[in-house]
Amino acid sequence: MKIALLGNPNTGKSTVFNMLTGMRQHVGNFPGVTVDKKTGIIEIGEEKHELVDFPGTYSLYPRSKDEEIVYTSLCDPANSEYPDAVIVIVDASNLERNLLFFSQVYDLQIPIILVLNMTDLAHKQNKKVDVKALQDIFPEASVVESIARIKSGKNQLFYAISSLKERKGHIFHKDITVASSLDIKEQEQDTEKRFLHIKSIIGNLESVIEKTDRPANKWDKILVHPVFGYLIFAAILLIIFQFIYVFATIPMDLIDGFFASFSQWMAQSLPEGVLTDLLSQGIIPGIGGIAIFIPQIALLFFFIAILEETGYLSRVVFIMDKLLRPFGLNGKSVVPLLSSVACAIPGIMSARTISDWKERLITILVAPLMSCSARIPVYTVLIALVIPNKTVFGFMNVQGLVLFGLYALGLVSALGVAFLMKLFIKTKDKGFLMLEMPSYKMPRVQNILMVVLEKVKLFVWDAGKIILSISIILWALASFGPSGRIDEVLVAIETEAITENWTDSEKNQEIASAKLENSYIGILGKSIEPVIEPLGYDWKIGISLITSFAAREVFVGSMATIYAVGDDGEDNKPLLEKMRSQTRADGSPVFTLATGVSLMIFYVFAMQCMATLAVVKRETKTWKWPLIQLGYMGVLAYLAAFITYNLLS
Amino acid sequence: MEKLLSNIKNGEHVIVRELKNSVFKVKMMEMGLIKGKKIEVLFRAPFGGPIAIDVDGYTLSLRKDEAALVLIDIQNDV
Repeated sequence: MKIALLGNPNTGKSTVFNMLTGMRQHVGNFPGVTVDKKTGIIEIGEEKHELVDFPGTYSLYPRSKDEEIVYTSLCDPANSEYPDAVIVIVDASNLERNLLFFSQVYDLQIPIILVLNMTDLAHKQNKKVDVKALQDIFPEASVVESIARIKSGKNQLFYAISSLKERKGHIFHKDITVASSLDIKEQEQDTEKRFLHIKSIIGNLESVIEKTDRPANKWDKILVHPVFGYLIFAAILLIIFQFIYVFATIPMDLIDGFFASFSQWMAQSLPEGVLTDLLSQGIIPGIGGIAIFIPQIALLFFFIAILEETGYLSRVVFIMDKLLRPFGLNGKSVVPLLSSVACAIPGIMSARTISDWKERLITILVAPLMSCSARIPVYTVLIALVIPNKTVFGFMNVQGLVLFGLYALGLVSALGVAFLMKLFIKTKDKGFLMLEMPSYKMPRVQNILMVVLEKVKLFVWDAGKIILSISIILWALASFGPSGRIDEVLVAIETEAITENWTDSEKNQEIASAKLENSYIGILGKSIEPVIEPLGYDWKIGISLITSFAAREVFVGSMATIYAVGDDGEDNKPLLEKMRSQTRADGSPVFTLATGVSLMIFYVFAMQCMATLAVVKRETKTWKWPLIQLGYMGVLAYLAAFITYNLLS
Repeated sequence: MEKLLSNIKNGEHVIVRELKNSVFKVKMMEMGLIKGKKIEVLFRAPFGGPIAIDVDGYTLSLRKDEAALVLIDIQNDV
């Protein structure tokens, strides 16, 4: 049996989902929309049922593109997502509003279970719901009380699923019908009538034991305060980034080291050949390139899930909304944008919380402009190369200032581009906030771990496929060249090695360099030289630009390979010396201030990260937006680098 | 003079009189802003940002221009 799980947001829907399905969950796609379809298996003895989690909505009628899936799936028995039964979560502490949606779904004549959740919270608010009276109003529904947070009501729910009541045509009220189309006037009338009827019965359903005037929450006073609100948010961010910086680097270094030695071991223990190279240089580093992101994704979502579960995130949205709206963004864009300072991948994945499609899209499109941690190695090398290590104004280090400037440039351009996109991207939906601010709660460990697991799984399977394919393509382009060309230079190196008396490692570096230069990527790098010359780059930089499309930090390793210097893993001294000594045909140095800064600016803007593109494809469910992103960022990078180079030279 | 929810001070208790016609009207009703509903303005975001109101024990935040679509009467009995 296929069962749909429905309910208002913040009613504990995902807690009920986890309670019913345990760890047996799978994330797929709903056709046509960008929402994920989370499914799980409910096992009741021998019985097995599929539970599908639908987006939380306040009404059957969609208010955003993503909510359409609820209406289209439930109202059309011919739809592939049409369920055999529905479970609707109703928040006992907010009965009136929740009954609107329940009564709409009730009228659709699908076998239905009403889960009256959060009865404990209602109790705290001195409200008591009369379950028997509720059952009388909806005689064809199975009403189950539960407090999913403490797994109470699980067995009753299982029983209700195994013994569903048959639908015999009973509806909420004889004069009220669910709007047959998406006509807004009809929806308005339906909603109005339903609320009127709910109002007439609510007195019998709900008894308010003692009316208490709810004092404004003392936490809210501080957390949305014009000064402390922002300070607290900044402090929380700082702590999160510190944690990620400190704790993500440890597993990242381990993963990096593991895959490096694993591929080395492969290369040595398997017979020499193309297949071994494919494994040791293409596939294994490719998988390593996927695994390396897992610690950051896991940690960031661990924190985001805590912020969300506690209810704090909605307060952040509340205080940031006004500041971000002029840029076509939403209060909810804060988390994706700031997460992107660590890494754009979890940042883009966290944009899921933005319900307005246009605002989500803009957030996703500009997020990679925020300077991520992968740019740091590139910036560090280039700054060390062309920016003097001097002090100005008595205490400011010029190198530090430049680094700060690059970060600031990323932020400013993200906001600027967002502003422009707001003017160009058209949607029929008008954005709104109208957000429920849930009460503060202790986070549930199981819910948080499920979020982390789900996000990591999504990234590894969905984006991973694309990343691995591109890695293999890049490997092939960097390893093969037109027939015989690489072999010829290798012979030349063998003889040179003997006459010049090179050590083994020197020889290997020369071989790697020659191989790269004569591979298809090398040839490509040379052929784009006329295009990148106006930016101040030569073909060697061109090659590194192409290889670092895999990931920005590859730039440094690639330069080291081309210049045939070893990677000392520390401060890149040999590479820096070699780069400084490089000259152009006319004898002038390659890495002037103009070229260096132009390269830095290029990396501020360019979409040099296949993993991000893969994730944008995953999140927008089409190649259109990642390609647009690749295009606009490329054009921006080229123009900005061109202007920089010409201003400085 | 008609009174709008967007102009109400924090801590005031009001009653929804009517929702102005807009594309948000149904959405607002769905969020519980129906005629006759008693609400309290709880707090507001800095710099003219959204306002937070209490509707039947839950907190709803809405932008100022959204709140300006809600006509209200001052609740006198509190």
